Amino acid sequence: MKVLVLISNVPDTTTKIRFTGDNTAFDESGVQWIINPWDELALTRAVELKEAGSVQSITVANVGTKATEATLRKALAVGADDAIRVDTEANDAFAVATQLAAIAKDYDLILAGIEASDYNGAAVGGMLAELLDFNSVSAVSGLQIEGDTLQVNRDIDGGSQLLSMSTPAVAIVQKGITKEPRIPAMRGIMMARKKPLNVVAPVGADDRTSFVNFELPPAKAACKMIDEENAKEIITLLHEEAKVI
Amino acid sequence: MYKPPDYLLVDELLSEEHKIIRSAVRDWVDRSVKPIIENAAQNHEFPIHLIKEMGSIGAFGPYIPQKYGGAGMDQVAYGIIMTELERGDSAIRSAASVQSSLVMYPIYAFGDEAQRMKYLPKLASGEWVGAFGLTEPNHGSDPGSMLTRFEDKGDHYLLNGSKMWITNSPIADVSVVWAKDETGVVRGLLVEKGMAGLSAPETKNKWSLRASLTGELVFDNVQVPKDNLLPNVKGLKGPLKCLNSARYGIAWGAIGAAMDCYDVALRYAMERKQFDKPIASFQLQQKKLAEFLTEITKAQLLAWRVGMLRNENRATPAQISMAKRNNVNMALQIARESRQILGAMGITGDFPMMRHMMNLESVITYEGTHDIHLLITGFDVTGISAFG
Repeated sequence: MKVLVLISNVPDTTTKIRFTGDNTAFDESGVQWIINPWDELALTRAVELKEAGSVQSITVANVGTKATEATLRKALAVGADDAIRVDTEANDAFAVATQLAAIAKDYDLILAGIEASDYNGAAVGGMLAELLDFNSVSAVSGLQIEGDTLQVNRDIDGGSQLLSMSTPAVAIVQKGITKEPRIPAMRGIMMARKKPLNVVAPVGADDRTSFVNFELPPAKAACKMIDEENAKEIITLLHEEAKVI
Repeated sequence: MYKPPDYLLVDELLSEEHKIIRSAVRDWVDRSVKPIIENAAQNHEFPIHLIKEMGSIGAFGPYIPQKYGGAGMDQVAYGIIMTELERGDSAIRSAASVQSSLVMYPIYAFGDEAQRMKYLPKLASGEWVGAFGLTEPNHGSDPGSMLTRFEDKGDHYLLNGSKMWITNSPIADVSVVWAKDETGVVRGLLVEKGMAGLSAPETKNKWSLRASLTGELVFDNVQVPKDNLLPNVKGLKGPLKCLNSARYGIAWGAIGAAMDCYDVALRYAMERKQFDKPIASFQLQQKKLAEFLTEITKAQLLAWRVGMLRNENRATPAQISMAKRNNVNMALQIARESRQILGAMGITGDFPMMRHMMNLESVITYEGTHDIHLLITGFDVTGISAFG
């Protein structure tokens, strides 16, 4: 089985978020970039399945500029066999899905994180399945491969569901798909140097959305400490200041 | 969340690969070292399970060629790994230093092909633990006066003597032991666990490197096979080359301990309020933080430059001495001063300063003491030996 794992290049989750251009663009200065944490889980599961012998090859793919190649190299160090970068800015989910559809049709299984930790769009995986006319399942928290069939666990309200599905398919994965993300070993990092990272030209695809404006959430209000014996004061404050009771 | 300082954008001197290496080791330290290290140190226990984990991430012998189980990385990569490990604890970095620079390096540099193939892959994976025996009870800074000796008995060597302050000796599968032959020439022998006459009692009651195993190596008529002699080095330059490699790694490692202290102290100073203001707003605290950052930045540049020289095989032992001495002292001073920023909280195990501080008291002593390194620089600039 040939597996494609979609890799989104996102700011480190501890990044202090700032905007430029009158709040119309994200300020990238000084930002450390990482593999989107959900994509990292997907990649780790793919590597585990390859080690178990049910996956033949793992390709990682990203839509982005040359600046995203370090993130793809890390994915290669974790255990992917080769990488594809579609050479264009990634600004819009449908445009990204369209670019990926142009390179993804020959894979048996496509793994995507349930969302990316930058804009939390949660859209590309589903759009890609639709564009390719592949089976798709979301909120996947367990994945096994038996021959050409996928055994997929999904978390559903109040329980879990086991699905069996045929390939080609897109599995949109979340926490639980593996225990923890794989840390690349030093040898893996050195071997990644020699693995192919293919840059492909984008197909024509217009953005359907554009950023108008960003706003930071309001600053956290100061915390008011109340003595544990003073229940009356907290009731007064909830009633008169917070106006919630 | 840990925010290492990088005031002069030293990151720009690193390759993308170096940054991947750093993030991998940092993630491993956060996952496997940070959660357990305080208890391990308090309980005076070496977290032995971390040996295999370090082997699997590739922290042992990263610059040894891949053919022998290493990763074939450069010297800056080795330094970066040491920095991240020592942010966790000097005990963990010490284990990696010994395994890499004091055991794998001499087997690679001075061993024959059979020795390399026999030992290096097992040491790289962490399946085997290595130790390095140079220091003796009565011969520390003056290793040339060592008493440990071996005699040629025809089909084997007979080894007698003892070594002290040996990291991991109680669990070592193989120890690189430096001893004099019958003509008084220092040679390296590979002494394996289980050889009759070898014992390795643990040194207890340490106030430093409490999460590291330290012990002795005692040789009472140990019969060492002739194949276990390192054939390609004679004299003290053998162990001294190993120490050069380890000292270089320590120069990077100490930066990790210092950065951990700085990061915690800065965060604490911003949050802790006295007189209705964060203590970071007081000049005496700012002085400490500003000096920490200045010293860390200088240490980063020193370590990086020596690493680049080592990549070109141009770093001199005296340059490495300067880096080791400066950077370990820098880290020790920052551990002490940053503890003061935390006041009484700083003496508890909820914060890492006291642990780093106590560890660094060993680090400033081992691998060439603080004073001896100064004499090495003194000798280098004057040409006059002041050692003895």
